[in-house]
Amino acid sequence: MPVFTLSLVAQFMSDNISLLVLAPALNVQLILDGIMIGAIFALAAYGLALVWGVMNVKNLAQGDFVIMGGYVGVLMSENGIHPILALPVAIVLMFGFGWLIYRIIIVRVIERDLFTSLLATFGLALVIQQLLNLIFGSDVRTAESGFGTLYILGGLVTIAEIKLVSLGLAALLAIMIVAFMKLSRMGQSIRATAQNARAARIMGIDTDRVYAFTYALNAAICGAAGVLISMIWVIQPFFGISYSIRSFVIVTAAGLGNLPGVILAALGLGVAEQFSGFIIGAEFQQATVVSLLLLVLIIRQLQMRRHRKVVI
Amino acid sequence: MSRLKVLRSVASASAIAAVALAGPAMAKVEGDTIILGSALSLTGKYSTNGKHAQNGYELAVKRINEMGGVKVGGKSYKLKIKYYDDESTPARGAQLAERLIQQDGVKFMLGPYSSGLTKAIAPVTEKYKIPMIEAEGASRSLFTQGYRYLFAVLSTSEQYLAGAIQLAAEIAEKNGRKASNIKIAMAFENDPFSLDVRAGVIEDAKKYGMKIVVDDKLPRDLSDMSATLTKVKALKPDLLVVSGHSKGAATAARQVKEMRVMTPMVAVTHCEAAQVTAKFPDAVEGWLCPTQWAETLSYSDEYFGSAADYDKLFKQTYSSYKSVPYQAAQASAAVLVWKDAFERANSFDTEKVRDAIAATDMMTFYGRIKFSERGNNIAKPMVLRQIQNGKYVVVAPSKWASHPVVYPRKILY
Repeated sequence: MPVFTLSLVAQFMSDNISLLVLAPALNVQLILDGIMIGAIFALAAYGLALVWGVMNVKNLAQGDFVIMGGYVGVLMSENGIHPILALPVAIVLMFGFGWLIYRIIIVRVIERDLFTSLLATFGLALVIQQLLNLIFGSDVRTAESGFGTLYILGGLVTIAEIKLVSLGLAALLAIMIVAFMKLSRMGQSIRATAQNARAARIMGIDTDRVYAFTYALNAAICGAAGVLISMIWVIQPFFGISYSIRSFVIVTAAGLGNLPGVILAALGLGVAEQFSGFIIGAEFQQATVVSLLLLVLIIRQLQMRRHRKVVI
Repeated sequence: MSRLKVLRSVASASAIAAVALAGPAMAKVEGDTIILGSALSLTGKYSTNGKHAQNGYELAVKRINEMGGVKVGGKSYKLKIKYYDDESTPARGAQLAERLIQQDGVKFMLGPYSSGLTKAIAPVTEKYKIPMIEAEGASRSLFTQGYRYLFAVLSTSEQYLAGAIQLAAEIAEKNGRKASNIKIAMAFENDPFSLDVRAGVIEDAKKYGMKIVVDDKLPRDLSDMSATLTKVKALKPDLLVVSGHSKGAATAARQVKEMRVMTPMVAVTHCEAAQVTAKFPDAVEGWLCPTQWAETLSYSDEYFGSAADYDKLFKQTYSSYKSVPYQAAQASAAVLVWKDAFERANSFDTEKVRDAIAATDMMTFYGRIKFSERGNNIAKPMVLRQIQNGKYVVVAPSKWASHPVVYPRKILY
């Protein structure tokens, strides 16, 4: 039976690949879907890179911030307000929430070792999940954008307008964040702190405030991503983990403080997920994410080996 | 002084011993009350459905008690259920089952919510030879373990979408096509329940010699099936079947419309739970949705009257419900089986009651209940409803059908 199943899977795989060759339009569909979704992953991943790079906190509650933002979209949509208007609301609310969480929890673990911050944020993730479940129940929810679908290449390729709008909004947000980091006083402080926190303190930068702002900014970015997700996919209190994992994969692949890298890795991941879902099957989409991480780590390791010297 | 102390300690020790001895023996029936036990998912990811089940249990208990209770040995007993919250986790469910049986002395169990939890609890009830009637675990694998004390009032999961395959075959033959020419696309969540549903579909598809062109398993945290649907669009199957709880139904509804999937027949589980008719009315017109029970069916019994009467009573009792989920109806049915079995056994001896349950053959508002050797209910069919003009109407099996099936489905996008 397992042999039979395996050969069946192989059969499906080769069928699916030949399908992509026979109908090239399908590739276009997968790439477009991948890019549009990848853009949203990029937002959450950039937030993680920020917190990781500036504060050296690996925030395991990343995905749960995304889901929280999603519920803002759902709530507004259910009360007759267009969910796109939830974007600024979610940003403000989540910024406040992030600031609060920093003051209550993160400030206590930021100087500690890796495991303390991992455990603290993991605990935070669990608490958020359960609270969302208590408040909203465990059923999946969606926010309705009311947008239609574009058909190109003779209807063979469909583009949900909301995905296109989200792509635009994600790009706009990214530009705003970059401008903020480059031009504003706080953005400069954040970058200075990331480079050398001690030196920044000596130069009169209130690093505690920088940390709080960074963490809050991350929550706000996640919240925005969540609103977009709620309009495109479905959300549920326990779906956060998959966004956390994706963020970690993207940041690990791209490296810290590398915004173009994060964007490229996120888009690549989005496309890779779509193709693996098509060729091997949807059950292996998550496996693809993790295998890519493994691949990246191996390549990094090999690269670094060249620079290492043997000390006898 | 020291004598008094000794006396006192002897007295208290014997009191403790008496409580300890009497406790478990009496706890199953306290005075004129029979205590049933259940670990239910009142918090955690199954909490919505856990709550439905609890309301179903409570409504039946209330109704039975109002109607004079359970008569055993010429005496009337009231029913009462002791609940614990299993937090939707199997390990916790098994612990709580131990606790109900060992510490609380419960001798009669009602099931938890979901196949996973039932799978965790059944070995415990089996170990202590405590009969359990469950209403929310549909996985077929529960009934292949040789359990003697496990009984289920609902139809097992492999029957969920098998009806859609038969319907597709019937329609094909009526239109002068061979059933073996039918192409099926399948998308099932990778969890025990949906994989059982899948097994049932594959079994029936094989019987007719149909061709399976897509066989995707969706992840548990599924929120995107566009890659699968891209394949569906390219391969143009005659039938698309999807099972992935409410998240699967919601995702399919959203993306089928978005990607303009034109498959003439679509069958999806958990349409009701995902509220697809309210949220995605255009997308889901013509979908086939299996259900354990519908308030429009002409089943009836002496406790609740007809299925429609149950529906009415439930909505009156729990005003927050706009429609009655089948999870609640089957929970009520499980309690009815307990009452019936106690009265036929005319005893509280667990073995006698267990044999009485095994011999159950009764009509309820939920459908007929008669258990196989393995403990699953073989007397009640799964019902297939189609969404027609935004309303669910029964289209199969033909004995209970109120409307003919619309094929190909009307596509509103």
